Order: sequence, then C-alpha cells, then structure tokens
Amino acid sequence: MVSAMELYMLLPKTNCKKCGLPTCMAFAVGLLGREKKVDECLPLIEEKKYEAKLKKLREVMAPMENASETGLIIHPEKCFGCGNCVVACPVNVAAEPTRCGAGLGPQGEKVILRVEDGVVKCNNLKECRRFGPNKILCNACTATCPSKAIEFV
Amino acid sequence: MAICTGCSLLCEDIEATIKDGNVTAVKNLCRKGNGHYQALKTDRTKPMIDGKEVALDAAVSKAVEILKNSKNPLLCGWSNMTMEAQAAGILLARKLGATICDTSPTCQEDLMERIMDGKIPTCTLDDVRNFADTSVFWGSDPSNSHPRHLSRFSYYPRGEKRQKSYEEERICVTVDVRKSATATLCSNYYFRQPPGGDAEFAEAVLAVLDGKIPKVGDKKRMIELGTLLRKTEYGVIFPGPGMLLALQGKMDLFEKLVAKLNEITKFKVLPMPEHCNTRGYYQLMREQTGFINGVSLRGDAPAHGPEQRLAAAAKSCDAVLAVGSDPLAELPLATARALTRANVPLIAIDPHRSLTSDAAKVVIPSAMSGLEAGGTALRMDGVKIAFEPLIKPGKPDLLSDEQILARIMEAI
Repeated sequence: MVSAMELYMLLPKTNCKKCGLPTCMAFAVGLLGREKKVDECLPLIEEKKYEAKLKKLREVMAPMENASETGLIIHPEKCFGCGNCVVACPVNVAAEPTRCGAGLGPQGEKVILRVEDGVVKCNNLKECRRFGPNKILCNACTATCPSKAIEFV
Repeated sequence: MAICTGCSLLCEDIEATIKDGNVTAVKNLCRKGNGHYQALKTDRTKPMIDGKEVALDAAVSKAVEILKNSKNPLLCGWSNMTMEAQAAGILLARKLGATICDTSPTCQEDLMERIMDGKIPTCTLDDVRNFADTSVFWGSDPSNSHPRHLSRFSYYPRGEKRQKSYEEERICVTVDVRKSATATLCSNYYFRQPPGGDAEFAEAVLAVLDGKIPKVGDKKRMIELGTLLRKTEYGVIFPGPGMLLALQGKMDLFEKLVAKLNEITKFKVLPMPEHCNTRGYYQLMREQTGFINGVSLRGDAPAHGPEQRLAAAAKSCDAVLAVGSDPLAELPLATARALTRANVPLIAIDPHRSLTSDAAKVVIPSAMSGLEAGGTALRMDGVKIAFEPLIKPGKPDLLSDEQILARIMEAI
C-alpha cells in the first residue's frame, strides 16, 4: 500500500492546477482516494521529461485498479480458505446469525464474503460497512486474516 | 451437505455441485479440503503387481498369498480410514497374528492415552465454541494444519456463553518457536521460545501460577500470562506436534500443569491429530486390544512394548500391508527404509499414487473415504460423525477399504 507522499514524489510538483486541484499534494491524495485518475495530470501525460515518472506512477497505481469501491482486494494465491473473514464480517453475521455467526459456511446470497473452491470471494460489496455516505472504518476481515490475502488499499 | 475428510475437523457444511459424476464447484471448503476434493481425479492408482497393471482380483489374490506366507506381518497406516474399515483391519491382524501400528509419533499416543484415561480433562469442540474464553495453541498452527479451526470453534465464532466472541470475550494465546500464521492473529499473546524449550516454559507457567518469579521468558509478560490464566473461566489448550515432541517422556510435567490450572479454574486439553480418523483408530484399538497403538496380536494376549512400536516392528517384520496412510513419506528415513527391505513384500492399498504405492510390490486401488465411500469417523475431539458417500467411484469396481479388507479376510 502506497502513501500520498510516495505518489507526490512521482508527480511534476509544479502546482500548475491543470487537474483542477490547487496543489500536486492534493492530487496525490485524490489519486489515493480514487477520486482522481493518473490521466488527469496533463503535464505528466503530455511532457516527455516526465515519462519515467509516469511509468512508475502507473506501476504503483496498478494494484488499486482491481480494488473494489470499498478498497477491498483479495489475493487468492495467499488465501488459506480458513473462513476467519467470513465469520468475522459483521454483515455476514447479521445476515446469517445461525450459520456465519456460529462458524459455519453461509447458505444464502446476502453475504459479502464466502469461500468458494478453497479461496475467499466477495460480492454484494454495497452492503459492506466501509461503503457509502455513512461509512465506518470496519476492518474485521483484514484484521482476522492469517496470510494478508485480503486487504484494503 | 457433504463432508470433508481432509483433516480431523471433519467439516460437514460443504456444498458440492456435481455434474456427470464429477465435483465441479465447492463452497465452504478450506484450501486443504479443496485440495483433498481435487484429488478425486488426480493420480488414482490402478491394481498392480511388480509395477505392471493387472486385474483387481489378481492383485487381491497376490496380496492374500503374501500375507498367508508371512510369519510376522506388519499392518500399518489406518489413520485415514473409516472406523468400520479400521475394525476390519484389527480382525485381519488377529487372524494373521500380525503387528498393527499407525504412523503417528509416540508422543501423541502418550497424550491421547492420558486423555482417554481421564488423567487429563478434555471437552468437545462444540464446548470450545460455546464456553471457551481462552484458547492456547501450544506448538500447533491450526491456520496451516486445520484451517477452519479458529473460524469454526476456537476464536472467531459466537457461542452460547460467548456471544461477543473474539472482539470482547475470547483471547487466543500462541506458544511457538516462530511467529506462525496463527501467532500473527494472537497479537500481544504470542510467546516465543527456543526449540525444545517447552518443558522450561511449562515450569515457568507453573511458577507464575504459584506467585513465584519465572525462570525463563520476559518476566513481565509471563506474569501477565499468569493473570490471564487465572482470570479465565473456561480455558482450552491445543497441544500440537511441536510441544508433544519436545515433551516426549516429560508428559507428567504437562499433566501437572493442567492439574494445577484446574485447581484455579476450568482448563481442558484437546489434541490436534492431523489425519481424519486417528482418534477413531486409537479408540477402537483401546476397546479391542487394551492398548492404543503398536500391538502384536500374535499370541493369545495382545503384546505391547518397544518391540511392537513401528520403528522396531518395521525392522523385524517379513511382510507389510500399508493401508489408509502413506508410511514411506511420513516416517523418518530409517524406519521407512526398513519397510522397503529387499525380501519384505509391501502391499499398498491406497486411492492415490504415493511414495508407498510406488515402492510397493502389490497395489490395490481403493475408494476415497468420505467422498466415494461412506462410514463413520471420530473428529479430533472424539465426536462421532457418520457420512454417506458423495459420488459413486469413477470406476465401477473400485472397492472401499472395508470391502478390500473383508475380501482378504475371506480368502485367508
């Protein structure tokens, strides 16, 4: 996971305001929060002297392209299929208290996380508590993962 | 709902989609269980004698011939089979006057014996889920060996008296030589110790419980551990091979520690065998021979001692039947070598190609327990779980372990 400072170092640092934001630092924060895209920094794309920086920036931002709207990324190759996240997720437990709440696998479709073919998969991300206007910083799934297969960007 | 026989948790909430007799998608299986299910199609054995494929009947007859002609056969494996198949095996051993052993280390037997005798108190996994507020993983790493252990029973789920679960009401402690995957989940209750240092750790805990200064470890943290153990309402210790091997011969010390803990509060011990039905094997052996492992059924009375342990029996036997396990891959090199001596015919009954089946003179394919063959097995806590087969075996003449052993018995 990158920090805003690391992204700032890869930008022109001229505060030209062509992206609509007052400073390059603000743009770096926007990139991190997925409110801005790399292509919105026009000098970075158009001027040849920033070619190396642009390439590095795209590399660094690539993992986040696959992240969902709540910032959830799953690395299936690291997942043990242990089900800790399935049982810890408050939305899962609320949807199926006698199954996920008690440690068993979910049966219905309202759950966010479930283990399929040995690794965890997510759907229904709109139900996740990190999403939407009233979002909270819930980290039940990432805190309970033994292998860091599930993380937030 | 299907069952998974990948490890001794015997999860029963598996949903499998079956098309044309094949399992195409599964839900709720951990990675280990998924591998187990995937193995339905890979590397299946065929009946073979001396490396050449033969008909099933020929292989069975050759096995019968070998066993009839041997004077001191060894029957080993057992831990991955159903209880019905294990019972058939014990009968066969009686008929042949054979020595019967499984491949688990002696330290695990020691612990199991004390638990079965009642010297060390135990409980079921459902009790752990409903009541336990401190889970101690000592020398074990369930995130790798039994992946769903923490999420189904010991740390994350809600239970009758633990409705707030890991957030407020459960604590998990790990004692290990390295920061295992389970230890990363236990945050500040991870106690690192040097390899083989479990006896000193046990003594340090005893000291702290008595209010004395412990000799090893960070004194402050050990005293914190002591306070935690004293405040526990229902604690459970899950000893794994790491601790059992270090305490080999010193199990009295562990018994003393558990007894001391039980003077203060409730503390139970649950062993963590890896294979799906090790506990069933121990229980059956105990019921039928009086000993839980390493028994010679040659004479009138079952004999048990150092000569009947696998290491010695492997060197003195003149024929080997390996069933329900992969002894050559699991045992230490010296013992495994003894099983492959030139004049000792090895018979392997296995669903998959393994090191043992590759080295065997006679190979008899069998159905996978739990998936293609039904029966009962004991979970790691002794709870009996019965299961029906999920699908029919791919080849119509594939027999279950139980059926193969019955055929061998009939012919002898």
